[in-house]
Amino acid sequence: MPDDQASDVTAPAPGAARDGLVDPRGPRFGAVLTTVLLASVLLLAPSAAATALLALQTAVFALGAFGGLRMAPYGWIYRTLVRPRLQPPTELEEEAPPRFAQSVGFAFAAVALVAALLGWTPVMIAAVAMAFVAAFLNAAFGYCLGCEMYLLLRRVT
Amino acid sequence: MSSGLVVLVVAIVVATLFGLWRRRVDGAVREVDARAHPVATHPEIPEEQMMHIGAGDLGAPLGERATLVQFSSAFCQPCRATRQVLGQVSQMVPGVAHVEIDAEEHLDLVRRLHVMRTPTVFVLDATGAVRKRAAGTPRKADVVAALGQFVTT
Repeated sequence: MPDDQASDVTAPAPGAARDGLVDPRGPRFGAVLTTVLLASVLLLAPSAAATALLALQTAVFALGAFGGLRMAPYGWIYRTLVRPRLQPPTELEEEAPPRFAQSVGFAFAAVALVAALLGWTPVMIAAVAMAFVAAFLNAAFGYCLGCEMYLLLRRVT
Repeated sequence: MSSGLVVLVVAIVVATLFGLWRRRVDGAVREVDARAHPVATHPEIPEEQMMHIGAGDLGAPLGERATLVQFSSAFCQPCRATRQVLGQVSQMVPGVAHVEIDAEEHLDLVRRLHVMRTPTVFVLDATGAVRKRAAGTPRKADVVAALGQFVTT
């Protein structure tokens, strides 16, 4: 990993949309919406409404993971409705970790969705619960569970 | 009560406890007793060298008096802040180098030193012996204090 000395001394200009850097409050806001939505899925499961909400969240994860955070629907809501009311960000963060988190979320949501469609409610609830824990930790503590799993996985493979 | 509600409540309790615990230990600079922690064995490395990191391991020279080794990875939110903290300390304290390495490219070191997550920071003395470690972003004052325990002015 290159030791980017420049970033040590010159902090990015607040609000500047530098390539690959994002306002950290965007993914955090998205995590809050994800947490609420996945909690609703758990409360409504098993039902058509739960499956529909789960399908919606799976699509949201897929857009963020494969299209990047610019394509992420919750990021769009944040940029249009929330950020105009806030101060510019005091710091920026790299896009790669939250984007990776979206792909981990997508994997769990996809498993849950398939299970829901097949009527395997316990599998669906377990997979949604895991995605919920990750989203909750991100929303409440700013902590990226998927990111940490990454190194643990690389250690054993 | 639906099973989904039970699962939701359990998930919230478990995640909250984990998050609070994590917040408490995150970035704490801990003492490393090289002799008391034979965390792993290696066929080619003698036990007393297991908790040493050399310039060869890092692909970069050690600092004259101490080295701050930062393990980072591609998907790591706090690595950026850690880079800034350690960069500032190495500029502030003469003879202290900051070396950031990609954990994925040094999986041997990761296993040898029991690195579980990124960022993990090791504070090495002039000989490359690990003296302290921290998982998560350490506070600047804690890093300076850790250096002060064996770096003499």
